[in-house]
Amino acid sequence: MDITFRDVGYTYQKGTPFESKALYDIQLSIKDGSYTAIVGHTGSGKSTILQHLNALRKPTEGSVQIGDRTITPTTDNKNLKGLRKKVGIVFQFPEAQLFEETVGKDIAFGPKNFGVGEAEAEAITKRILPLVGLDETFLDRSPFDLSGGQMRRVAIAGVLALEPEVLVLDEPTAGLDPQGRKDIMDVFYRLHKDQGLTIVLVTHQMDDVADYADHMIVLESGTVKKEGHPREIFQQAEWLESKQLGVPAAVKFANTIQKKFGWEFKQLPLTTDELAKEIAVFMKTHKQKGSKGRAEGDSL
Amino acid sequence: MDNIITLNNIMFRYLEEEERPALNGISLSIERGEWVAIIGPNGSGKSTLAKTINGLIEPDTGEVTVSGLLLNEENIWDIRAKVGMVFQNPDNQFVGSTVEDDVAFGLENQGIPREEMQRRIRYALDKVQMTDFADREPARLSGGQKQRVAIAGIVALQPEIIILDEATSMLDPKGRNEVLSTVKDVKKRENLSVLSITHDIDEAAAANRVLVIQEGKVVREGTPEEIFSYGEQLIEMGLDLPFPERLKASLKKEGLDVPNEYLTEEGMVDFLWTLHSEM
Repeated sequence: MDITFRDVGYTYQKGTPFESKALYDIQLSIKDGSYTAIVGHTGSGKSTILQHLNALRKPTEGSVQIGDRTITPTTDNKNLKGLRKKVGIVFQFPEAQLFEETVGKDIAFGPKNFGVGEAEAEAITKRILPLVGLDETFLDRSPFDLSGGQMRRVAIAGVLALEPEVLVLDEPTAGLDPQGRKDIMDVFYRLHKDQGLTIVLVTHQMDDVADYADHMIVLESGTVKKEGHPREIFQQAEWLESKQLGVPAAVKFANTIQKKFGWEFKQLPLTTDELAKEIAVFMKTHKQKGSKGRAEGDSL
Repeated sequence: MDNIITLNNIMFRYLEEEERPALNGISLSIERGEWVAIIGPNGSGKSTLAKTINGLIEPDTGEVTVSGLLLNEENIWDIRAKVGMVFQNPDNQFVGSTVEDDVAFGLENQGIPREEMQRRIRYALDKVQMTDFADREPARLSGGQKQRVAIAGIVALQPEIIILDEATSMLDPKGRNEVLSTVKDVKKRENLSVLSITHDIDEAAAANRVLVIQEGKVVREGTPEEIFSYGEQLIEMGLDLPFPERLKASLKKEGLDVPNEYLTEEGMVDFLWTLHSEM
């Protein structure tokens, strides 16, 4: 399901003395099956855009097309429920929204709310649990006796239980330790790869953008500053640094050694693995040249 | 040796019936003026440990000594005045309706005279570079600015040690840098000791000494370089891998020989240059 923003503007409390404009003339498109990263500072409009992705907010100007539905300022608030099922949003610190007595009930709450029967909701719950790295022994436990990382998985499972086509993640790993962060990011990547889920990731972690995303949107002061493949956008390292958004560690290091050693990599490496490959190429070609030179010298 | 904090064999269980204690015989000391980082995975007991130092948690057995005082019910408030804590979530520690009021809150509680109070607020806000925001509403600040105000609130109380309990983990990279450089600056000027509980490699690198906690025990101790040389084991210790360590692992996969000792980024550049010229 594609999501397209056309000339979207959004003003909070429009028509009151408190009105403040959060989005200006936004054009962007999130293609079906893509892994899109949205980056920008606090106050850049990330959260406001996020809430437009399943019509929690309607644009005050322009239109948002979500699959075959077009949301405009005059769209009726009725009949939007279907969209909320197709586009699942995992908000920041989603574990704060857990409320049921057991993990099983908490995960099944969403599907039941959308009219799924008891037995089917239970089946969905059992199917979803392993996707987030939990097993059935968790079903009868209280979500409040779990560790922070486990609570977050339960909350994510609750969104996945709606079987969305698009999964929107707002800083999904904030506050987790490095192992917990990696585990959760792997969960999303598997869902993307194996089940073709479209992912929209809001993040400050440029390394996560480099590792996972195939599309990137940079926001500033309520406008889209850049949109494209991360490799294109990270080429503009100086611009990103000047905005204090930063670049992935591998990009920064690659630029340092290209400059220092006078090397030129074939393509800008985004991850440490890509960087190591490029470095290995330089070491090996140099070696061949070097040994060839010595061999010729020997024969003389 | 002048220790600001000494913990002696601290045991603590949240619930009596708990099999594994949250703190399982921890002993450690922090010298006056030292910066110690504590790392460890989620659930290892790091935050529990921090709370024993200012008496938010009373250990089942063991002793806490802060600046020469053995912590007990009588001196707990004296000790709290010496220990300033910054917590993880910047939104959970504001009480004042303006930045200035918020910094004033702790001083009012200690009955500091008004003039002295105003002087200290001005001084503290200046130290964290938030003077221009004195009249603002804390809710409207960025995460990094909020944590700097929290630090100002502590500086104003003139403590002897500042404890950062994952104080940068909810901030964006910009906010993280702001807070870290503020702490470095304040530490130097105020001659403070710092205890920082963290998963962040830059914050750990700023310390003189790193302690690794697992399952309620100190399992390793060393300089940041010594600890960082554990390479991929760092993930189990709850720390992000430093970039040079990640690159080393990837270079190994490409069949290149890499040194075992910890390399800084500059060290990595030098190593690659030498490798390149030797080939």
